[in-house]
Amino acid sequence: MHEMSIAQGILDIVLKTAAEHNAVRISYIKLLIGQMTQIEPESLTFGFAALAANTIADGAKVDITIVPLVGECNGCGQQFTVERYSFLCPLCQSANVLVVSGRELAVDYLEVE
Amino acid sequence: MQIKVMTSILERNDQISAALQERFEKAGIFVLNLLGSPGCGKTSLLEKTIHALKDTLSIAVIEGDLFTAKDAERIEQHGVPVVQINTAGGCHLDANMIDGVLDCLDLDTLDVIVIENVGNLVCPAEFNIGEDCKVTVLSITEGDDKPLKYPLIFKQASAVILNKIDLLPYTNFDLKAAEKDITSIHPGITLLPVSCQTGTGLETWFNWLIEQVQIKKGKESK
Ligand SMILES: Nc1nc2c(ncn2[C@@H]2O[C@H](COP(=O)(O)OP(=O)(O)O)[C@@H](O)[C@H]2O)c(=O)[nH]1
Ligand SMILES: [Mg+2]
Ligand SMILES: [Zn+2]
Repeated sequence: MHEMSIAQGILDIVLKTAAEHNAVRISYIKLLIGQMTQIEPESLTFGFAALAANTIADGAKVDITIVPLVGECNGCGQQFTVERYSFLCPLCQSANVLVVSGRELAVDYLEVE
Repeated sequence: MQIKVMTSILERNDQISAALQERFEKAGIFVLNLLGSPGCGKTSLLEKTIHALKDTLSIAVIEGDLFTAKDAERIEQHGVPVVQINTAGGCHLDANMIDGVLDCLDLDTLDVIVIENVGNLVCPAEFNIGEDCKVTVLSITEGDDKPLKYPLIFKQASAVILNKIDLLPYTNFDLKAAEKDITSIHPGITLLPVSCQTGTGLETWFNWLIEQVQIKKGKESK
């Protein structure tokens, strides 16, 4: 499962950020996970808890916000929620659609002491 | 205290991938990340491709596998350079693994590197490994529901190879429906129905690959 390498990536980011701010404990981590990512939230939080043991992030609450998949048509400008992974504009049928959100895999913010 | 971070979790991997891309760009090498389930025919496709294009293009292969070197042994028989990466249970290749083996290849002599990723429709889709493009192989025996079940790997691919079409008469795979789903996930994608068994469609795939290499070479000479 690649959730483990994603969890390691999160741990690296939060420890580095905390060190830059001379924090002694990380209590809360907010993640943004896009709807069109291959992440199982439960495996991710489980993997993170295991990796964070014996670090200042031990016991940190990991909170995940799922970001909906939204497209924007380059033809007519329409923004729309992508249903059934269809990236054709529902208004003008254009195939020229930009992914506006839904591919996020990011650490949003931390609470530290 | 709250600290705003807003950093991509894949940032480190993407940085290494970008550095690899720069190296390949300098060497004028087209790099292909070959994806698909275990058994969909990635190694078979590679064998056919090497056999047909060996005299036209200088090809090397990087084989990703959980534990074995079986695929690398198959490729070696065709007389091209091949490097094996064992992920020891890891479900995908990452950019750092590719970086670690590049010294095993003589980049100055190559036109193409094909990287056969670990067989998996899920994890490899998230990790860039310095490639110019991803190509996903879906075989007829896997079922036509797979594009909508694993959309990301089809969204990220520049081309999808529908392999084992020789088996269409023996399955309930609806080729038209699968092509429609893949095209709605990724409008404009190149679809290549082939059979590595009978050779049907392979010529079109070879030509697509040669064209990609030429586009890359054209960029380099500018
Ligand atoms: N009938 C049929 N079998 C195929 C075709 N392509 C590959 N195979 C068989 O599928 C099996 C798995 O192929 P392989 O190349 O090892 O798949 P990989 O795991 O994706 O590398 C092998 O037994 C191949 O001979 C095809 O087009 N038609
Ligand atoms: Mg293989
Ligand atoms: Zn539109």
